[in-house]
Amino acid sequence: MTELADGATADPHARYLAEYRDMTEPSVRRGPAWLARIRAAAIAQFAEAGFPTTRQEDWRFTSVAPLTGLPFSLTHRHLAPHIGREHLGLFMPPGPGAAHAVFVNGRFTPGLSSVSGLPGGVKLGSLAEAVRSDAGGTVEAHLGRHALMERNPFTALATACWEDGAFLLVPRGVELEAPVQLLFLAAPGEGPAVSYPRTLIVAERGARVVVVETYAGLADRAYLTNAVTEIVAEDGAQVTCCRIQRESELAYHVAATQSHEGRDAAIASYSIAVGAALARHDVGAVLGGAGAQLTLNGLSVLHGRQHVDHHTTIDHAAPHCESHELFNGIVGDHARAVFTGRIIVRPGAQRTDSKQTNNNLLLSEEARADSQPQLEIHADDVKCTHGATLGPLDQAALFYLQSRGIAPADARALMTYGFGAQIIGTVPVPELRRQLDRLFRATLDRGARHPRLVP
Amino acid sequence: MLEIRNLHASVDAREILTGVDLRVDAGEIHAIMGPNGSGKSTLAQVLAGHPAYAVTEGSIVYEGRDLFDMDPEERAQAGLFLAFQYPVAIRGITNAYFLRAAVNAVRKSQGLPELDPLDFLDVLQEKLKAIGWDDSFLNSPVNDGFSGGEKKRNEILQLAVLQPKLAILDETDSGLDIDALRTVAEAVNKLRTPQNATIVVTHYQRLLNYIVPDFVHVLVDGRIARSGGKELALELEARGYEWIRPEAVLG
Repeated sequence: MTELADGATADPHARYLAEYRDMTEPSVRRGPAWLARIRAAAIAQFAEAGFPTTRQEDWRFTSVAPLTGLPFSLTHRHLAPHIGREHLGLFMPPGPGAAHAVFVNGRFTPGLSSVSGLPGGVKLGSLAEAVRSDAGGTVEAHLGRHALMERNPFTALATACWEDGAFLLVPRGVELEAPVQLLFLAAPGEGPAVSYPRTLIVAERGARVVVVETYAGLADRAYLTNAVTEIVAEDGAQVTCCRIQRESELAYHVAATQSHEGRDAAIASYSIAVGAALARHDVGAVLGGAGAQLTLNGLSVLHGRQHVDHHTTIDHAAPHCESHELFNGIVGDHARAVFTGRIIVRPGAQRTDSKQTNNNLLLSEEARADSQPQLEIHADDVKCTHGATLGPLDQAALFYLQSRGIAPADARALMTYGFGAQIIGTVPVPELRRQLDRLFRATLDRGARHPRLVP
Repeated sequence: MLEIRNLHASVDAREILTGVDLRVDAGEIHAIMGPNGSGKSTLAQVLAGHPAYAVTEGSIVYEGRDLFDMDPEERAQAGLFLAFQYPVAIRGITNAYFLRAAVNAVRKSQGLPELDPLDFLDVLQEKLKAIGWDDSFLNSPVNDGFSGGEKKRNEILQLAVLQPKLAILDETDSGLDIDALRTVAEAVNKLRTPQNATIVVTHYQRLLNYIVPDFVHVLVDGRIARSGGKELALELEARGYEWIRPEAVLG
């Protein structure tokens, strides 16, 4: 045991491979063959690629060394965390009767969830269970087909190692009014724990759904969440998703979200990241059918030494599609925000209309933001614009507010709030807008009340 | 209400105001006119306390207090209001939210309880009614994406809500068409009381057809070269500013 632990610390890569072998014998073989093949391919991919280094273009600004230096293991999870419904109120708005699925360490927890009574044959619950009962073949058709393991070694690792997660299926033409909440709680035990929550959301032709994914921790510890979400919007489907990353500020959060849209589909995605010591979120969207629309908005609010990296790739693979991307970062103390916005316009994707904006507000001299657009345009009749800003609060605006009687500290708070409200204000569902706004305000308050003592 | 004596001010070590004297009492409307670069906007900014302008000589007493002892927000809390020539966008903050923050900052400084959003909405509707405007841009972010005319109107809306003792309108007419000008001027006139005063800074006489001043001052090369009644504005309109210049040198 000791020997294994020592060896593991020396080579984190080998440690994860060993853990994969331990966990998959024999459970993987009990699963369907198609899934076993995906897992095997994924672990082989991870074995070959290893953890990324800052010498790789996609990881230039984000070193994962702090993460690989800790012996994260599935065995360190809290086996029997005490979680009552009263805990959930912290992370979900109290909506009476609203559908919600809760996952602890990536595993569906029926006792904390409310997934029944959904209309029109909507399915919500455990992904592992959905794999077992995959009557229509929906899971097999989509799981692991969108979030490509070649793109990111963490995605490969998660694809190999996931045990459970969320499955949401909205059948053809069904319109779900009330937001569905998915809550992923990390319950770490004594040692550094890892979990691999996996989510598959499928909105069939003409379906409409609003989903909220929340990632949070039950303890302030250095745990790792490695999450992968795949979202499919078939022709004419409309998916609105909110993603809330509010992990412990000692935790590590690595995630990939990959969506695919059919003809005339619309996905509107709003994410807010306020947690984790180190977070990397790869967001990929394929506009695969003509007339598809995508909104991809995000907000990071960082303090202390937090480092949050958003790596977005919008792939215009069909003509007449529109994408609008707006990411704002509020960066205080010694924190660092990274944004990469890659836009690909495939040959034949004529009449693409794509707009990307990344604005960063630096609240201290030591705060840092890196922003890089990457445009790859292979069609000639397209409109693609991008812009990025970086800097402290606007002095002219500060004076303007002062000249209206507002003291400088209050004026700064107001402008900082406004910087984030530009993103939150775009959320079209009022109750979600309020949910995000509450979290945003609480985060700003916390940052203001307890300025981090960073050496 | 306001007494400016021998005011000298500079920006980037360049002296713009070279000895301004001006007295404004309650109930009065003063127009400050002058050619481009004469220091009109500098005077307005110095009154509001803009940090880029350094006062090198002279004094300003406002309501019995040394204005230079007051931070910009204290001046506003004490009833001094500058309608900006170039109003600034506050992104992500709606007008309604901003106005409430401003009103509550003033109330707090006076020891009054803050207004909650609903109470404030009532106040706001009442003000809008008083100046005959609708509530169309209350929920828009402050000056963000506004046209030039909308920004100027928004300044006057703030004026209406904050009810200052001394309002300084810095080139509020610039960029306004004749209809917008009339709308803005009517609002300013409706807000006039015997207790408050207005300083209208303008390059053109046009605005003064609608906001009729009691006094007109001509600023040339950073000092007031001539003062008179409203007829002085008409004379300037007819003859331009050039004829003032020699007198300033003699004076």
